[in-house]
Amino acid sequence: MSSSLSRDDVEKVARLARLRLTEAELDLFTGQLAQILDHASDLAALDLHDVAPTAHPFGLINVMRDDLVEASLPPEEILREAPDAEQGRFGVPRIVGEEP
Amino acid sequence: MNARTTAQRVRRGEISAVSVLEDSLARIHAENPRLNAFLRLDEEGARAAAERVDALVAAGDDPGPLAGVPIALKDNLCQRGVVTTCASRILGEWRPPYTATVVERLAGAGALLVGKTNLDEFAMGSSTENSAYGPTLNPRDLSRVPGGSSGGSAAAVAADFTPVALGSDTGGSIRQPASFCGVVGLKPTYGLVSRFGLVAFASSLDQIGPFSTTVEDAALTLEVIGGHDPRDSTSLRVGAPQLVAHVDDGVAGRRVGLVRELFEGADAEVVAAVHTAAEVLRAAGADVVDLSIPELSLGLSAYYIIAPAEASSNLARFDGVRFGHRVSGEDVTAMMEATRTFGFGDEVKRRIMLGTYALSAGYYDAYYGQALKVRTLMIDAFARAYQHVDLLLGATAPTVAFPFGAKSHDPMTMYLNDVFTIPTNLVGHPAISVPFATGEGGLPVGVQLLGPGMSESVMLAGARILERDREGL
Amino acid sequence: MSLPDGWELVVGLEVHTELLTASKLFCGCENRFGEEPNTHVCPVCLGLPGSLPVLNRQAVELAMRIGAALHCTIAPSTFHRKNYFYPDQSKDYQISQYDLPINSRGYLDLPDGSRIGIERAHLEEDTGKTTHLSSGGRLQGAERSLVDYNRCGVPLVEIVSAPDIRSSAQARAYASELRSVLIATGASDGRLEEGSIRFDANVSVRRAGEPFGTRCEIKNLNSLRSLQRAIDYEAQRQIDLIESGGVVRQETRHWDEGLGETSTLRVKEDAEDYRYFRDPDLVDLAPEPAWVDEVRHRLPPMPSERRSALGALLSSPTSAQLDAVEAVVELGIERFVHAVARENGDVVIALSRAANELASAVDEVDRLAEHSFVTVVDMEASGEVSATQAKALLAGLLAGEDSDPRSLARAKGFEKMDQSALSTLVEELIGAHPDEWSRYRGGDEKLAQFFIGQVMRRTKGQANGKTVIEELNARR
Ligand SMILES: [Mg+2]
Ligand SMILES: [Zn+2]
Repeated sequence: MSSSLSRDDVEKVARLARLRLTEAELDLFTGQLAQILDHASDLAALDLHDVAPTAHPFGLINVMRDDLVEASLPPEEILREAPDAEQGRFGVPRIVGEEP
Repeated sequence: MNARTTAQRVRRGEISAVSVLEDSLARIHAENPRLNAFLRLDEEGARAAAERVDALVAAGDDPGPLAGVPIALKDNLCQRGVVTTCASRILGEWRPPYTATVVERLAGAGALLVGKTNLDEFAMGSSTENSAYGPTLNPRDLSRVPGGSSGGSAAAVAADFTPVALGSDTGGSIRQPASFCGVVGLKPTYGLVSRFGLVAFASSLDQIGPFSTTVEDAALTLEVIGGHDPRDSTSLRVGAPQLVAHVDDGVAGRRVGLVRELFEGADAEVVAAVHTAAEVLRAAGADVVDLSIPELSLGLSAYYIIAPAEASSNLARFDGVRFGHRVSGEDVTAMMEATRTFGFGDEVKRRIMLGTYALSAGYYDAYYGQALKVRTLMIDAFARAYQHVDLLLGATAPTVAFPFGAKSHDPMTMYLNDVFTIPTNLVGHPAISVPFATGEGGLPVGVQLLGPGMSESVMLAGARILERDREGL
Repeated sequence: MSLPDGWELVVGLEVHTELLTASKLFCGCENRFGEEPNTHVCPVCLGLPGSLPVLNRQAVELAMRIGAALHCTIAPSTFHRKNYFYPDQSKDYQISQYDLPINSRGYLDLPDGSRIGIERAHLEEDTGKTTHLSSGGRLQGAERSLVDYNRCGVPLVEIVSAPDIRSSAQARAYASELRSVLIATGASDGRLEEGSIRFDANVSVRRAGEPFGTRCEIKNLNSLRSLQRAIDYEAQRQIDLIESGGVVRQETRHWDEGLGETSTLRVKEDAEDYRYFRDPDLVDLAPEPAWVDEVRHRLPPMPSERRSALGALLSSPTSAQLDAVEAVVELGIERFVHAVARENGDVVIALSRAANELASAVDEVDRLAEHSFVTVVDMEASGEVSATQAKALLAGLLAGEDSDPRSLARAKGFEKMDQSALSTLVEELIGAHPDEWSRYRGGDEKLAQFFIGQVMRRTKGQANGKTVIEELNARR
């Protein structure tokens, strides 16, 4: 399978990833990403219907902790790092559209 | 002076940790401005640690197995209050409010954490050219890259700034720079070393490991940082590994597979080094057999889908809201876009977009889903190989360190650098690069030993044989 | 509200419930409502670089209890990342369960006997809370917002019903019954006003016999009342739209409680591509069969069973008594009625006192010993005190005036009326009301109430109605 990655595709993933590209970058990245995906087309060509995907190389399961309360961080130490903070909260500009 | 000797002498009171530290800092101050291996020093913290070590020794207490050993940390490891950048503009002057497990363990073992080293931004790269804070130069040849992404840590050890440094290895980011800089670099079994506090690139592949000048120091460091951590769900339920005691066990009676797919296509000198290494192991009593594992050729493709896919999600949190740099925007989406567009370099953007695409509706099955199945094929292929042999031998990188700019214009060419290191990350196995020969321009060539999961002790014993009999490096 | 003739409503509900754990889903921060902002956050729930999640065992236990209570299959499951950028989601992805949820394919029986299918009930993490800086704190028109991550990472179970609901009243009954079940399992405190349980409704309409129509998802339903109102509004909106020749667009809509309207939030074409994939920081969850069995066996009786058990104490319950049964079970106070039944007391009186007097002071019922309740019911049933006095006794016991019913009765002067004094009083009243007396003697039983009322007025409620009837009948 040869990749058919288009400029539109790159525009779409950039939007999904919250990145803005100039026209020149869009051209450049489209070419580069298409090249990488073409290299990966050897994967798509494999018939792997009977093969299970690997999530963890050693198959660990059921890793859990007990429901114990541990100390949280001092708010001032967290908010100190915030680009914008007010009233003990993190500030952000206007939110357009409600949560998904 | 290597780490083990330093620690022994400090513990015996023959030298002070403070004097070891001052020597290290003096070398760093003299050479680092040229090499750019360190992005930041924590002299105050390191001095306080050295004084504590000396006080413990004076009081007759044991300051630990790494007493007084200066250690450099790749700048994607969190240390409370110490600026952590991942060599990215997006983190600004971020001071983490917490400390990585490995850093806690090093400090607890008496190590002196002198500072944070340069890397390819978010550990994405093979040359340390993708740093927002300029490239690191290879101490062996200043016109060449140190490799990457842990180039700063490799260079710090190669330049004798510190005897040990930590790096992270997602697709070869410890072993390839170790090979380029002529030092030992070890990627442990996935889950042997806690990832808690390592800024994630690709969670299912990332593993922290040491750079050192000797195989024994790599063993010693891994003993300190290894073992189960309840704060990392992917951490294996194993205790601290016992490695130093076995480092001189030799390879007599071991079977070693010389894997065609792990050196074919490399430079002639690299191929020659691998064959010489095979002879050295044979001479030490190992049974070396030729092997082919065809599935390894799928590794590169699978890796350059899986790693970017995970990265695209791991790097979403860099959005200008809670920490790091913000570029303002008229609404929250515009702010996030402006922040990420300014904050990330091209390679990071490339991988985020690649990964976003590979996970997006309509493409998941063809790319990401298929890549996870290829991982299974590779796990099975390695398992078959390890039914017959204890270790595998191959090259670390196809070439010696290359000049700046030689590959940075073409991502795919750069990615091909990782072809021999990637397979172990995909299957979670350990591997080590040992400086073994010299190639073009007298530059170091590393060879790579691979073993099955949790075979570090056998692997290190093999590496010790190669180290002992390497060509005059 | 009923739909116009020929139309049918189809509703499925997604219910999010916060779990009553001590700590959050993936970190040790305290799971607590109403604290100072950002005082319960750590590197993990704040999504700081390098932090890693570790699953809370108790959250898994509570999720399995919910699954067991809803008759679900409890199966091995995985955690996925749902990727979307939003400032209250600290990692810009939510850890949730996707193709392999912990609980699937169950059902919930409602008090009216109908059964609603449960498609899944999966674990996921809650988001932080955003405050909008504008007049009225509304999102629209806010210039800036502030985020508090205390709630971020609090464990949730999302319960997705099948599209089996056919009216807004049934949706409300389902939500109310589910709330009772969640409280009964110990998984939830059920506090809707604190956002412990939140509803989203998928609403569509169709002409009878036709396939499902296009659905709209309604968000921001924070009470049973708004759930019902929003579904009514939305159903009518869709019918009006179709009847005027329009088509329903698949979209997400926002319920405005003040306006009583839904409005478009997002149309389907703008839907996010969430790029779900297995979270590589977490491993698979496969609860041991022994654990699952233990959860199923330790599960306390659910409201439907408890209603049956309580209803079984009544020989042929009236609809008012069935309502009382539902209320008593809903409030979790049926143990008082069962205590009376065990002592062979008067269950009808007990149910009535529980559904009224105990229900009105439900926060105080822990003050009342079951045996004291049994005693009060016995005192009333035997005529030792009147109904009015029994109510006063319960009120006093619940208010903590005394713990012993009989000493409280003495303190209040609730002496049983002397039988001869009552006898004399009844004689007097018969003499004073000859017409009523002759009609009563003629068989008009309603007149008993007249005489009882007269006796009560004269004795200030001290007399027992049953005894009065006995006195009257002795003279008939
Ligand atoms: Mg959900
Ligand atoms: Zn937390």
